[in-house]
Amino acid sequence: MTVFIILALVAIITALGMLISRNAVYSALFLVLNFATVAVFYLLLGAPFIAITQVTVYAGAIMVLFLFVIMLLGTDELEDTDNLTWQRPLAIGLAVVLVVEGIYLMLSQNTLGFITTPSEDLGSPQAIGDMLFSKYLLPFEATSILLLVAMVGAIVLTVKNKKGEQS
Amino acid sequence: MGSQTPWVYVGIFVLVGLFIPIAAIAIATFLGPKKPNAIKQSTYECGIETVGDSWIQFKAQYYIFALVFLIFDVETVFLFPWAVSLNSLGIFAVFEGIIFILILLAGLIYAWKKGMLEWA
Amino acid sequence: MNQADFYSLLPIIVLTTWSALLLIVDLFIDDKKKGITAVLAAAGLALTMGLTLSQTGQTVIGFNGMVILDGFSTFVNTLLLFSGLMAISVAYGYIKRRGIERGEYYSLILFSIVGMMLMAQARDLIVVFIALEMLSIPLYVLAAIDNSNAKSEEAGIKYFLLGAFSGGFVVYGVALVFGATGSTAFAEIAASIATGNAETLLVLAGAALILVGFGFKVGAVPFQMWTPDVYEGAPTSVTAFMAAGAKIAGFSALMRVFATAFPDIAVDIAPVLAVIAALTMIVGNVAAIAQKNIKRMLAYSSIAHAGYILMAFAAFANPALRDDAISAGIFYLVAYAITSFGTWAIVISLEKEDGKGLAIEDYAGLGRTKPLMAAAMTIFMLSLTGIPPTLGLIGKLYLFRVVVEAQFMWLALIGILTSLISAYYYLRVIVIMYMKEGEPETVSESWLTFTWGAMAVLTVVLSLIPASLFAWASGALMK
Repeated sequence: MTVFIILALVAIITALGMLISRNAVYSALFLVLNFATVAVFYLLLGAPFIAITQVTVYAGAIMVLFLFVIMLLGTDELEDTDNLTWQRPLAIGLAVVLVVEGIYLMLSQNTLGFITTPSEDLGSPQAIGDMLFSKYLLPFEATSILLLVAMVGAIVLTVKNKKGEQS
Repeated sequence: MGSQTPWVYVGIFVLVGLFIPIAAIAIATFLGPKKPNAIKQSTYECGIETVGDSWIQFKAQYYIFALVFLIFDVETVFLFPWAVSLNSLGIFAVFEGIIFILILLAGLIYAWKKGMLEWA
Repeated sequence: MNQADFYSLLPIIVLTTWSALLLIVDLFIDDKKKGITAVLAAAGLALTMGLTLSQTGQTVIGFNGMVILDGFSTFVNTLLLFSGLMAISVAYGYIKRRGIERGEYYSLILFSIVGMMLMAQARDLIVVFIALEMLSIPLYVLAAIDNSNAKSEEAGIKYFLLGAFSGGFVVYGVALVFGATGSTAFAEIAASIATGNAETLLVLAGAALILVGFGFKVGAVPFQMWTPDVYEGAPTSVTAFMAAGAKIAGFSALMRVFATAFPDIAVDIAPVLAVIAALTMIVGNVAAIAQKNIKRMLAYSSIAHAGYILMAFAAFANPALRDDAISAGIFYLVAYAITSFGTWAIVISLEKEDGKGLAIEDYAGLGRTKPLMAAAMTIFMLSLTGIPPTLGLIGKLYLFRVVVEAQFMWLALIGILTSLISAYYYLRVIVIMYMKEGEPETVSESWLTFTWGAMAVLTVVLSLIPASLFAWASGALMK
């Protein structure tokens, strides 16, 4: 419980830090910390496999990708231009509504309490493997095609056309 | 929290891992003598004065590498539970996993043939 | 995996293997002979279509209830494969002419169709989501495939960002439905709702989010903003595929999900869908009037047609009408797919190298210089409006009948009024073609000519004998 509250605070602060920070690299680093805290949340929920996935894929590979893109674009500092005049107050207003709604739901319905730990090895790699290769075989294989398409797509977009090479 | 006890040790390791470098830097700041001068304050890199900004534009190739890496990273994530539960799943799962790998292998061949893995 | 599993997905498995092999084989085909890739891709689609048709009338549930092969999926998959063939036929000469010919173009179309077909057969929300991504990613890439052209890149990035966002909505909806019912399988969701075990509020919220995600895919108001920009910026051959394929897949998934997973909350959802349908028809048709660019006009027209198809969902509240609504909906999809491919083929014939020739004014004089092409265009415009003797009229008649039977008189009225509005901008094209003087330059490529010619014939002939096609659509029921 205490662990949860501390982590929740860290998660919120890092998320805010990512949004507010004017330096794209700092934003990315805040995001790493945020991903790491979320990974610990998964652990608390009894899903170690997802926790480790969160760290390797999100905090690891995807963050590397983010940093490469930031370096590729070379926009280290963001100027203080703000074209979103009315969107920001609206977003804050809607966020407040969402929070109030959430609190109301939590108070009015006792069923939505704090986190409870599910059965022991629900989230273990073994259990996930057993599910993945029996019940969820089709989505699993379909995912490999999805990954293939994503890779081909990324490469197609980076290689310029013949027309582009001439000009 | 029964089943999570091993994770507590991981948590302790992380904390210790954070503590040591912080402590090293903190102790150095407290104990070390501070007599700054112009030469000491200059950036040190291989003994030669650095030229230009360290924020340079990266090559687009990095990005493609990272992207291809990401795809295979996700593949590993999927193959991990496969490896762990192979014993209980039997021979069929072996083929199912191999199909998964073969499909992504097509992607690797594609990237390779397109010269995406070369530093050109 | 046993034989039934394999059989239920046989066409998809064959097409997937074919696409993956084509991707590799294409690497070894010389750049000047990419026509071979096109032929191979078309052969794969034709083979798959044969397999799909051979499964007509069968019902098989496979992969632990993840997918189903039934009349509905056979019908929709045939239509999707037909769209794929047409997409290759309109693209073949065009992408060569624009200098964007690449083997991957065809592989990506094939992969996208795999996703669409999987969507039509899905019986589980997880499969729906993966299929949605599988059909979308190739479309994002294809929209931006002319990557030396800023407009095409802009279309790609716009489509991608909004598409990814809408994909997020779908996942969120799936999560809520799972939280409320404890399952992602359609049958179990329906059972859980029927027995009252599910938290209705959560189910409704989840269903609404899924609806938002698909509303984006099919371009329903208020999620239509991306459509004109993406349709205009993407290479025209891609737009043609997007207009037909993505719509067919999106609507078939919507029908499947709302008919089999949420039948008991249809009463709550139907009025919402009726309002969305009305808004979509109004916005699409009214905005189309002001367009000067034919691609933008057709984009708004595609929004309007999404609205017409959405009318079918209004009838979902009445279980007795559900099957009629589905058959009217997929019949309209057939009519729209045929007409729209024909129209796009003509648009491609008039489009010039530098993206000129896309203004509606550029069609002036077509009636004199190319009488056959102008006649075909006239047929398509009449069909899109819903004037006889065209398939568009028959499709609208079936739809309006279902809507009236479902007691949504006001919706039918809006449908008819907006059809009248649409007559203005569709008929304007005909007027410009025949009444205005001009020297339109056209490209005559055998495959393009074949496409618009065949589609024009189909639009007229099928409208004269709609009964057999409608009988097939009526037999395309969900099990």
